[in-house]
Amino acid sequence: MIVSIEKCHHCGACVGSCPKNAIFLNDLVLVFSDECNRCGRCVKLCPVGAITMEAKK
Amino acid sequence: MRKIEKDIVVVGAGPAGSMTAKHAAKKGARVLMIEKRQEIGSPVRCAEGISKHWVEEVGITVNNKWVAREVRGAKIKSPSGHTFLVDEKNAGNEVGWVVDRVLFDKALAADAARAGTEIMVKTSATSLIWENGKIAGVRAQTYGEPIEIRAKCVVGADGYESQVGRWAGIDTSLKADDIDTCYQYRLTGIDYDPDYCEFTLGSAAPGGYVWIFPKDEDTANVGIGVQLSKVKHPADPKMYLDKFIAKRPGLKKGQPLEAVAGAVSICAPLDSVSMDNLVLVGDAARMIDPITGGGISIGCIAGMCAGKVLAKGVKANDLSMNTLQEYETMWRDRLENKQWRNWMAKEKLTTLSDETLDKIVHTFSQYGVEKLSVQDLLAVIKRHHPELVKEFEELI
Ligand SMILES: Cc1cc2nc3c(=O)[nH]c(=O)nc-3n(C[C@H](O)[C@H](O)[C@H](O)COP(=O)(O)OP(=O)(O)OC[C@H]3O[C@@H](n4cnc5c(N)ncnc54)[C@H](O)[C@@H]3O)c2cc1C
Ligand code: SF4
Ligand code: SF4
Repeated sequence: MIVSIEKCHHCGACVGSCPKNAIFLNDLVLVFSDECNRCGRCVKLCPVGAITMEAKK
Repeated sequence: MRKIEKDIVVVGAGPAGSMTAKHAAKKGARVLMIEKRQEIGSPVRCAEGISKHWVEEVGITVNNKWVAREVRGAKIKSPSGHTFLVDEKNAGNEVGWVVDRVLFDKALAADAARAGTEIMVKTSATSLIWENGKIAGVRAQTYGEPIEIRAKCVVGADGYESQVGRWAGIDTSLKADDIDTCYQYRLTGIDYDPDYCEFTLGSAAPGGYVWIFPKDEDTANVGIGVQLSKVKHPADPKMYLDKFIAKRPGLKKGQPLEAVAGAVSICAPLDSVSMDNLVLVGDAARMIDPITGGGISIGCIAGMCAGKVLAKGVKANDLSMNTLQEYETMWRDRLENKQWRNWMAKEKLTTLSDETLDKIVHTFSQYGVEKLSVQDLLAVIKRHHPELVKEFEELI
């Protein structure tokens, strides 16, 4: 998962919405854990579209 | 590692946390409230609208410092522009104030401090301490230093992004239908009616609404909530809001003072928000009105319930469910029915087409509604559009 720091408002909305609890807001930086199953919810949830999913490696 | 010992540790200094802390400390509990931000109340993630009727009940003294504007009521707008006016006549004390959350949250935290609560800012809870299978406090970082806060009960008042409940294993996960994703500007230099909160329903904000909440004569919080299940593309909420503003000349000429992102839960009440030595309050417990997305009043009322019960538990030296069950009973008696009813109403409302919403709002505006209750509203629809009522049968 890639977060645009230019767009992100650090609001924590994605953190509270992730079904796997895979997102952490450390001060102003979003961190994704291995728990993420790439369901894509956070990508749609972010009201400013700051999160994108990188292509699967 | 530095250790602190208290009766109660409250994680999060929003309205729900401060209210819990105040009511527990007032009755003699030793309370520590920790807040990860450097400033309580800031940055604001809220449209700042509240009704008036509950404020006295929870012991908040109204102060002009945090009342930004008193409004006469609300205008509910249908997609094609029919307006239903809600005012003191039909809503009584439901109409209210637009507050300044930066000052409101601080005032509530100050009340908690006056009651004896200790507060630490820039202090973030990082995990629960478990001892012999029981919750015994939280680990935290304060100014970068790891500390242990031992307490007989942990209060998760950590808002929408809540971790405390998840650490404890309480299921606070949400369906996409039960989340509104939100965006807001504070716009200044606008032309609008600064005496009413305005709500626009329908496809301008799929599954949610656009709000205009007055801050002063030419400044308002203009925002949007969109149901997550109805988001088609990333950044839809901001796109819909920008579109709405562009269409209204009075708003279009405004300039933003700030932008706010966020989300609210619009779910049914959770089955359980407490366990031995831990309670959740406010947004962390998903206590939000599913119709309005408002959570300040509910969080404060639940916080008061929690604080009172926690103080009892400290006196009895028992913060197991034996004591905490009373918290569940108290908040449910006071709040659960309405959250259920409004959740069911939301499930229905979010399925209605623009045409149906037009019909409903038009009916209300034409024939009037004596009292703003789901029953009364449905009675009016039934009289004039019986065909629509079958959609709402289970609510009656
Ligand atoms: C865009 C938007 C508009 C809204 N408009 C309205 C409205 O008009 N009226 C209304 O009634 N409600 C509104 N709400 C909802 C309202 O903001 C919340 O219901 C209310 O703030 C809940 O209070 P709370 O105390 O539960 O949580 P919050 O106010 O969110 O407080 C939680 C606190 O916990 C802190 N915290 C989080 N994690 C930790 C941690 N690990 N350690 C320490 N501290 C932590 C946070 O920094 C925060 O200060 C709106 C919400 C949004 C997103
Ligand atoms: S929801 Fe978007 S703006 Fe908010 S913290 Fe997540 S990435 Fe940032
Ligand atoms: S893709 Fe799904 S699981 Fe992964 S971080 Fe986003 S919401 Fe969580």
